[in-house]
Amino acid sequence: MSTARLKKSAARQNIIMLPPRTKRRFYGDGIPGVDLEKLAGKLIVIEGADGSGRSTQISRLVEWLEGCGHATIQVGLKRSTLVSEELDRAQHGNTLSRTTLSLFYATDFADQLENVILPSLRAGMMVLADRYIYTLMARDLVRGMDEDWLKNLYGIALVPDAVFYLNVSPEELVQRTFQKKLALDYWESGMDVGLSRDMFDSFLKYQTLVEEQFKHLQSNYDFTIIDGHRPSNAIFAELQQRIEAVLAGLVKP
Amino acid sequence: MNFPGRLIAVEGLDGSGKSTQIHLLKKWLEVEGLKVFFSEWNSSELVKSATSKGKNRQLLTPTTFSLIHATDFADRYERQLMPLLRAGYIVLCDRYIFTAYVRDTVRGCSPRWVRGIYNFAALPDLTFFFKADLEVSLARILDGRPELKYFEAGMDLHLSSDPYESFRLFQGRMIERYLSMSDEFRFITVDANQPIETQQSFVRETVASRLKLAAFARNKARAS
Repeated sequence: MSTARLKKSAARQNIIMLPPRTKRRFYGDGIPGVDLEKLAGKLIVIEGADGSGRSTQISRLVEWLEGCGHATIQVGLKRSTLVSEELDRAQHGNTLSRTTLSLFYATDFADQLENVILPSLRAGMMVLADRYIYTLMARDLVRGMDEDWLKNLYGIALVPDAVFYLNVSPEELVQRTFQKKLALDYWESGMDVGLSRDMFDSFLKYQTLVEEQFKHLQSNYDFTIIDGHRPSNAIFAELQQRIEAVLAGLVKP
Repeated sequence: MNFPGRLIAVEGLDGSGKSTQIHLLKKWLEVEGLKVFFSEWNSSELVKSATSKGKNRQLLTPTTFSLIHATDFADRYERQLMPLLRAGYIVLCDRYIFTAYVRDTVRGCSPRWVRGIYNFAALPDLTFFFKADLEVSLARILDGRPELKYFEAGMDLHLSSDPYESFRLFQGRMIERYLSMSDEFRFITVDANQPIETQQSFVRETVASRLKLAAFARNKARAS
């Protein structure tokens, strides 16, 4: 191969694929004043319980996507400047009733949607969301909130390019949680719901109910269920393959 | 939901005199020995720090402005208003969900979305709407040339770079929204250009004729 051809092929290898634009929409009435045409980036959501392997997969996806030349940003629940501290304090005291807590979380979500997610998409970035509205909805549904009310509330949300739900059985979640911290979390055990005074029982019951709500939500909000019991590498390979299809414009939101 | 209590709300622009009127109504009901509770818009302790941070640092968008006020309302509603209504109180609200309908939709939120969020709240038994000429309300607020706060003046709507002019335009848009929902929610319109005493007589007469006040006596249980 001549030096000229070598240079040329190396240059071609350095060309980063530009993901084609997709037609965007909100689930409902959306955020006032947003020009959907300008959202060039991609929004990819990873859902799943604590211990389902979300964070591990997200950090690997960041490495991979940035390696491919795509600027990437991570968002998650309860990270807003506006209310995250207050939400933490309220949760700690367990003093909020269910509608209030639900709206507080929605405020946190909206703040991040408008201040992080939408601007990043406008800048053409890959936004990796560590949970999105579905976790919030599933938790509220378990607490008996009205589904139509929630649908209207989260009509502000942008429809992601892809949503992956890492499904892990409650029994396996217990094992993984103990391996990591040797204690169950009050909220992840749904202790406020009053399913059982025994934390272990409550955890299993609560996580089963959340899983049921996720499966129910899947019929309305198209998402891909990923079997989270497999080895991390296998899950990552599946996510990579599916996200490649999204970036190639083969999957539409 | 059925409950023995009764809910009375006052609505109107800033400077329409509604807070004065509901204060006088409360005094009267208390003197009459009735079970009465008063609640103000945007006053939940729990949400306060987030709201004031958002306002002081101008962090709020129309959507988060709406949601944080809905959170505040829900906290008061679930913890105080509804339990008190169920316990048979006359609950007085200085501003109610109509304030949100008006402010949030003027800011550009979808009316359907805002109404949907508040649909857990019971409609008031009586809603007094204090209708003052826009210029009269404006004069009451602006005469002292007070320092208008950013969101209070509606500066986030970018109607004018002058806070006073912005406030005028913002209030003007709100009164239009109030008037457009007046029939739907059976607002009882009070002519707020009249003397305070005249307005209060009308308010008290209306309450006395529409509510069986004796049913709300504090010492009813012991007397019977």
